[in-house]
Amino acid sequence: MKHIKTLHKGNLKKGIKEGGCGECQASCQSACKTSCTVANQSCEK
Amino acid sequence: MIHRFKANGIKIVVDVNSGAVHVIDDLVWDLLPYGPDFDHDKIQIDLSGKYGKEQITEALSELESLAREGILFSKWEDEIPMMKGEPVIKAMCLHAAHDCNLRCSYCFASTGDFNGARGLLDFETGKKALDFLVANSGKRKNLEVDFFGGEPLLNFETVKRLVYYGRELEPKHNKKFKFTVTTNGLNLNDEMIDFINKEFVNVVISLDGRPEVHDRMRKTVNGSGSYGIIEPKTKDLTDKRKQQNYYVRGTFTRHNLDFDKDVLYLADLGYKQISIEPVVAPENMDYAIKEVDLEEVYASYDRLMKAYIQRRKEGQDFNFFHFSIDLSQGPCAAKRVTGCGAGNEYIAVTPSGDIYPCHQFVGEDSQLMGNVLDGTFDREKQLVFRKTNVFTKDKCSSCWAKFYCSGGCHANAYHYSGDINLPYELGCEMEKKRLECALAIKAIEQLEIY
Repeated sequence: MKHIKTLHKGNLKKGIKEGGCGECQASCQSACKTSCTVANQSCEK
Repeated sequence: MIHRFKANGIKIVVDVNSGAVHVIDDLVWDLLPYGPDFDHDKIQIDLSGKYGKEQITEALSELESLAREGILFSKWEDEIPMMKGEPVIKAMCLHAAHDCNLRCSYCFASTGDFNGARGLLDFETGKKALDFLVANSGKRKNLEVDFFGGEPLLNFETVKRLVYYGRELEPKHNKKFKFTVTTNGLNLNDEMIDFINKEFVNVVISLDGRPEVHDRMRKTVNGSGSYGIIEPKTKDLTDKRKQQNYYVRGTFTRHNLDFDKDVLYLADLGYKQISIEPVVAPENMDYAIKEVDLEEVYASYDRLMKAYIQRRKEGQDFNFFHFSIDLSQGPCAAKRVTGCGAGNEYIAVTPSGDIYPCHQFVGEDSQLMGNVLDGTFDREKQLVFRKTNVFTKDKCSSCWAKFYCSGGCHANAYHYSGDINLPYELGCEMEKKRLECALAIKAIEQLEIY
């Protein structure tokens, strides 16, 4: 495309029906302890 | 829902419901407000003085193609994603000490005692806490335990014994404990450093940045600054960890709204994992960040973003926690709508065995959930937290950032409004700014458009 460069197509809707496995890190246990951010967490799958 | 923004000279549009992120040119920036049902004739008339007809047609075709693909103007028509199975608890903030050897001015925990009695966790209560976690974790294999305080290293022998006890539990129950510690670093010695680096998957050490900034808020019991004692020990510990799997974690306040200087100061000292975060405090405190300060906070994030990109380009890499974002292998939808899991998957346990939804709720009588000594646990309260997500929060449902911040911190919301469904708005504004910076950094680095 000439006018748009797609950085990422997004995968938010993947796995909605299956639900989360929950093996990932609790986001507050990483560094924040006050400011919840999940976008920088990794999936354990 | 879309969100378009400019950062560091580039233009980005986020398709909120799919998670797609696109870098766009000036023309597409101008076209987006006409979507999702683009009226071609009207657009050609409106923009004819600025762009050529063919250019506009071409850009509209690109936009409509992305919309058909479901990665622009996409709608959320799905059910609310949930974690599988029955509610379980997988993470614990274990308060090894309700006492502290520092007297930090901004401490949310009332300098360590959480407005209660000062005291240390005893081994038997700690064992019960770990047993409680195992017993309530269902099929989850990975269990997280963060030793917290107060200052947990005031109770190092118990912490050590509890780690060994956890290791005994692992094979019996097919679990894996991921131990971490959040410490002010003041008491660190060689034995502690070796133990921490052997057993703990992550360490968070509190360091605010420039010595004068740190010492203004983080004082010893006799009122003197603590930087000179803490920083060398922190460096030793983190170097021995090869500068991995830790965070130097600072707090910025109204007194250092130019906190970008603190981040870069720490980076200049050689720290590679840095997190500096806004203080959360009652508005009447002189150090509390106020709405009027936001422009200055944004300017600091902008300066930090520029310096961050430049340094990483030149090979002087470091990781700033809030600029780190994982677009491809990041968390699933269920995680993104529920966030930290406080009160549901994540609990805090005090030295007396009391259970709270998280460390920030400790001492709030109305939020007490049970006690590990008698095994009581309020399942109804757990369900309230389990059912709280970005779709139950009115303000979140219309916010573009909801799948990145997951609705924010329940405790901040509660302390701000008395309701976990009403987010702490000042925090939201800063979070959104950080996310824009993080997305811009990702775009610039991935597309190499420096």
